[in-house]
Amino acid sequence: MPGKVLKASAAHPLAAVLLFSSLVGLSALTGWERQPRQYRTDPPVAVALNQLRLMPSGIGGAPPEIYFALDTPYETSAYDLSQGKRLYSWFGCASCHGDGRGGAGPSLLDGWWLYGPSVVAIAASIRDGRPRGMPAFSNRMTTDQVWQLAGYVKTIGAYSASLAAPSRNDDKHTRPAENRAPAAILFDEAPPVPVLSEQGPPS
Amino acid sequence: MKSTSAFLLLALLVSGCSGAQSVLNAEGHAAIELRTLILGTILVCAAVWLVVTMALVSALVRRSDRDGGAVSERKAAAAVSGAVGATVLVITGLTIASFYTTRALSEAPTPELTIDVTAQQWWWQFNYVDQNSARAFVVANELHIPVGKAVRLRLKSSDVIHSFWVPSLAGKQDLIPGRENSLTLQAERPGIYRGQCAEFCGLQHSHMALFVIAEAQADYERWAERQRGAGAEPTEPEMVAGKALFMARQCAACHTIRGTRAAGATGPDLTHIGSRRTIAAGLLENTRGSLAAWIADPQTLKPGNNMPLVPLTSDELRQLAAYMENLQ
Repeated sequence: MPGKVLKASAAHPLAAVLLFSSLVGLSALTGWERQPRQYRTDPPVAVALNQLRLMPSGIGGAPPEIYFALDTPYETSAYDLSQGKRLYSWFGCASCHGDGRGGAGPSLLDGWWLYGPSVVAIAASIRDGRPRGMPAFSNRMTTDQVWQLAGYVKTIGAYSASLAAPSRNDDKHTRPAENRAPAAILFDEAPPVPVLSEQGPPS
Repeated sequence: MKSTSAFLLLALLVSGCSGAQSVLNAEGHAAIELRTLILGTILVCAAVWLVVTMALVSALVRRSDRDGGAVSERKAAAAVSGAVGATVLVITGLTIASFYTTRALSEAPTPELTIDVTAQQWWWQFNYVDQNSARAFVVANELHIPVGKAVRLRLKSSDVIHSFWVPSLAGKQDLIPGRENSLTLQAERPGIYRGQCAEFCGLQHSHMALFVIAEAQADYERWAERQRGAGAEPTEPEMVAGKALFMARQCAACHTIRGTRAAGATGPDLTHIGSRRTIAAGLLENTRGSLAAWIADPQTLKPGNNMPLVPLTSDELRQLAAYMENLQ
């Protein structure tokens, strides 16, 4: 048979190797597609990310449109979440909020957010500070660092499991990993602050 | 003739091994001991190889002479026992040599100086500890040591496993998170020795170099005294503006400049950055231009490092670079 170049006995392992390598390549491509790593936020993007649109009361708001155009990276990219986790310790968040269970500052685990659970409200709290103790970090962190930290803080108190998780702890775990949810029911947390007539910081 | 050309080829091959980062250019106590050991081992192994090859060749030659000739049992037994005896002798000798060499290395004499080394992704922090904490100081990526003195390095890591390797001075030693290793350095001659992280530690592993500068005791003391002091006060208006900018912007949150409000602990200490040879752990030579390039866009020069892109105007960038360069 002139068309038959390879013998059947040689073609089988070759086909297996080809299939295997294309599967490996495909999975690598899928991984890349799911999470291309962005090390450097372009300055115009950072400026756009800084345009937080908050409600007049400072509670809740809408993220800038660029956030959706970027496909909400700070909540879904494991790299950004890991950087956020690093920033959480680097910028001393734990000195008030502990490992998320609170302390001098409010707990981030109990599912209750004084300023709403949206990532934009958390970013605004970090950037501009809040009354009664939360300092502003706008002159200590860059815009994308604020967003990375906000994305991470959101995972601490998440009530639904997430596919993207920051890297594991190097030291002893004091609470379940960030991608486990709901985190709060595993703790003996004090009952959340009751809903106020006007949501916001308890007066 | 053949051996000469082989030697020439070997010389050509190892000609790249000289210079500031080479095991063959041994200038430290440990490196010299180790070089002697490895050269001795190579010599002995080469001799063994030569003897075995000669025996093989002679056996082949003689075999073709006497076709199918019987070998006397006594002769064969003598040859085998001779070979076994020689092997045992050589291996025992090498083992003893290796044992005594490495024992000499682990016998660290009482150190004259102790320095805490913390490896970071991707730079080195050297903490010159002192009983009087006011005399302690921190530098980055440049380790100064006095010549001829035993210096103990306490090796730590804050993130992943790194490896401290200055081939001209000593062997490798790993830096493991949550564990302290130690290594004794003793440079026998003054010089600048390049070192490198030798354990793959992430994206910029190859851009994690360090320089060990061995100098005479007096020079070392002078250097240390200058490092203990605060950073230079800016004189020109451009540098004054740069200093104000450094304090007001994100820089001060991560970097320390002693004598100012900047006291961040997560980035390299910049108190005397102007006096260092390179910036970004050996990535660029330390000039005003490369300082500006680094500040303007660290993530393109060294992707994945922890320095963010701080938005600055070109004037601000110039002022900051001038201030950094002035911090001698």
